[in-house]
Amino acid sequence: MSTHPRPINEALAILEAKKRFASPAQRLEHLRWMMRGRGLDDRLIALYRSSLVHGNVFTGHGQEALSAAIGMFLKRPITGTPGDVFAPLIRDTAGRLSFGESFEDSFRTYLGKRTGPMRGRDGNIHRGDPTRGQLPMISHLGAMVAAVCGTLLARRLRGEPKSARTVGVTCLGDGGMATGAAHEGINVMAVEKLPMVLVVANNQVSYSTFNDRSFACKDLVSRAEAYGMRGISIDGTDAEECLWAVGDAIARARNDEGPQMVVATLMRLQGHGTHDDASYVPADLRARFPDCLEVAPKKMITDGVIDQAGVDALWSAVKEEITQAYERIRNEPAPDPNDEDWTAWSSTDLTAFRSGSGNSGNSGNSGNSGATP
Amino acid sequence: MTTSYVEAIRRALGECLEQDPRVFIYGQDVAGQFGGAFKATKGLSERFPGRVLNAPISEDAIAGVAVGAAVDGMRPVIEYQFADFASIGFNQLVNHAATTFWRTGRSCPLVARLPVGGTRGSGPFHCQMPEAWISHHPGLIVVSPATVPDAYWMLKDAIACNDPVIFCEHKYLYSHLKETGDPAQAEHLPMGSAVVRRAGTDCTVISYSGMLHECLSAAGKLEQEHGVSVEVVDLRCLRPLDTATILESAAKTGRVVVATEAWPFGGIAAEVVSVISSEAFHLLDAPPRRICAQDTPIPVQPDLYAAHRPHADDVVAAVLDTVRY
Ligand SMILES: Cc1ncc(C[n+]2csc(CCOP(=O)(O)OP(=O)(O)O)c2C)c(N)n1
Ligand SMILES: [Mg+2]
Repeated sequence: MSTHPRPINEALAILEAKKRFASPAQRLEHLRWMMRGRGLDDRLIALYRSSLVHGNVFTGHGQEALSAAIGMFLKRPITGTPGDVFAPLIRDTAGRLSFGESFEDSFRTYLGKRTGPMRGRDGNIHRGDPTRGQLPMISHLGAMVAAVCGTLLARRLRGEPKSARTVGVTCLGDGGMATGAAHEGINVMAVEKLPMVLVVANNQVSYSTFNDRSFACKDLVSRAEAYGMRGISIDGTDAEECLWAVGDAIARARNDEGPQMVVATLMRLQGHGTHDDASYVPADLRARFPDCLEVAPKKMITDGVIDQAGVDALWSAVKEEITQAYERIRNEPAPDPNDEDWTAWSSTDLTAFRSGSGNSGNSGNSGNSGATP
Repeated sequence: MTTSYVEAIRRALGECLEQDPRVFIYGQDVAGQFGGAFKATKGLSERFPGRVLNAPISEDAIAGVAVGAAVDGMRPVIEYQFADFASIGFNQLVNHAATTFWRTGRSCPLVARLPVGGTRGSGPFHCQMPEAWISHHPGLIVVSPATVPDAYWMLKDAIACNDPVIFCEHKYLYSHLKETGDPAQAEHLPMGSAVVRRAGTDCTVISYSGMLHECLSAAGKLEQEHGVSVEVVDLRCLRPLDTATILESAAKTGRVVVATEAWPFGGIAAEVVSVISSEAFHLLDAPPRRICAQDTPIPVQPDLYAAHRPHADDVVAAVLDTVRY
């Protein structure tokens, strides 16, 4: 099922893309990443309910097919060679994993472990590791678009050869597309003709706000043309379609065919976060969208890619991986405030000037004002 | 009857919508059964159809719309989902709203409601205190209620005010702060005044917003455990700043500690200390002192979070230092 009828030359291109990016082996791998995303999200919800998580949990239920595909077609950096960059967003649990984030680091961040990439300083979805091409989002929606542009521009300035072309991907929601930052970033992406893909998940809601209060065009993909980039609109509940469309867009970007926009229509299947019951979502809207993780295995069984026993085995393997990862990190230490240097600068020579600033922080280790003579 | 801080805000909004046809509400997720991320507008779109409007995630446009509507005679009340996102509306607020009256002689009566302050586990982008960078710009009124009646009255005053008002409401207080009695029957202090919340003689502690409550509990402890009598001043309005009340209390006790949840550098505490140092230096028995958050972004992990922000015990320690000076 596709959102728009497509002309014949496009149909041929789709057949080609399916062959290249949605082979039976790729579909199997994709399903596994989708399950890992869902499995991790479900485990995080359970931890939240046991009050082990600091803050809320934001999950990707319903977005796994789209998100998982992203990491599959990106090159992870290996020592010595820069890889692709990916700035995931709120609901990209699956894509983070398929791009190489470990279950352990996801858990560590949600549980505020000192050992995680964010060291208890930042949490939940604001995690990442720039050295591994994972740009950690700030909350401010739209901000990551320009940041990914900047990374790609840097590589261009450094003379990255076409043969080693790296690609950048970031994601945005139907709500985030309304930000000024998104507009500015997407325009830069287009003007600079960067090897970049913007993946838009239109999951019908922006927190509690429905599409009609976020944008007035029929499909956000119409913006692609206005910005001057290729756009494709897909059914985000159809795993196979997500796979070939995302794979194709990333390949085109890598092949210097210019920036790409993929707009997927899907549904946020849970609340905005674990704190939100989504009672404002009308049942008939919710009912229009199937769960990609229910549809995908069925379709793959019909297509003879896997059988039910295989699906069950995949699920138990994934759940076991997740359990083991959690067991490995659960007793890792929390950060100790006394070990913090309480500075946001890396310039330690400048930090020396800080004392005497009059700051009376409360830990006694950062420039107390010294009112006592 | 008890009223929570957020209920007081909701009630003030409802009464203003009821009484003044120029008032409308614009912000993310404010309408419908959802009624705002913190439920400050819950029920209002049903009661006032067409006057509580959901905005796209467009903070710059939200403030810009308010500016345009305000100069055209309306009384827009905009809600930022978190004060942290008001940085995106910064340009419209400080360059547009703040300059309009000075440039044109036409006032710009908008209210921007900013949910400020720390809540555990919320991290660097959902806990900020933006009042310092907003207050720096001439032309904006910046208020920061710390009590239920203030939340109620100051919001009504803000909406009635002919200048753009940045209304900083503390997220922790929303549901944690409940007071008995009808806020509408409580004392209606002028919007621009500071107030002495607790009288004392040995040391003045100046604060506002959520930190006020840490200071009040510190004052109780100091009295009981150390026999130190503390006067607690609630600034309430940060811009303009009620320097008369500040100086009067400083003159009375001769010792001052300013405590805020915000960062130290160039903050409201720095401003207050500066006013006191330059205008009441001769009345002081000890250097005025400030207690602020650590000078880093706000950490998410609870132990780090707790160590980042000042608590009553820090105020107690600072006051003891100051009185023993
Ligand atoms: C600039 C900005 N304003 C407000 C918010 C608060 N906020 C966080 S998520 C969200 C809704 C996002 O909707 P959408 O972009 O559709 O993504 P979804 O949550 O549906 O995946 C909002 C308003 C924010 N993060 N950034
Ligand atoms: Mg959305």
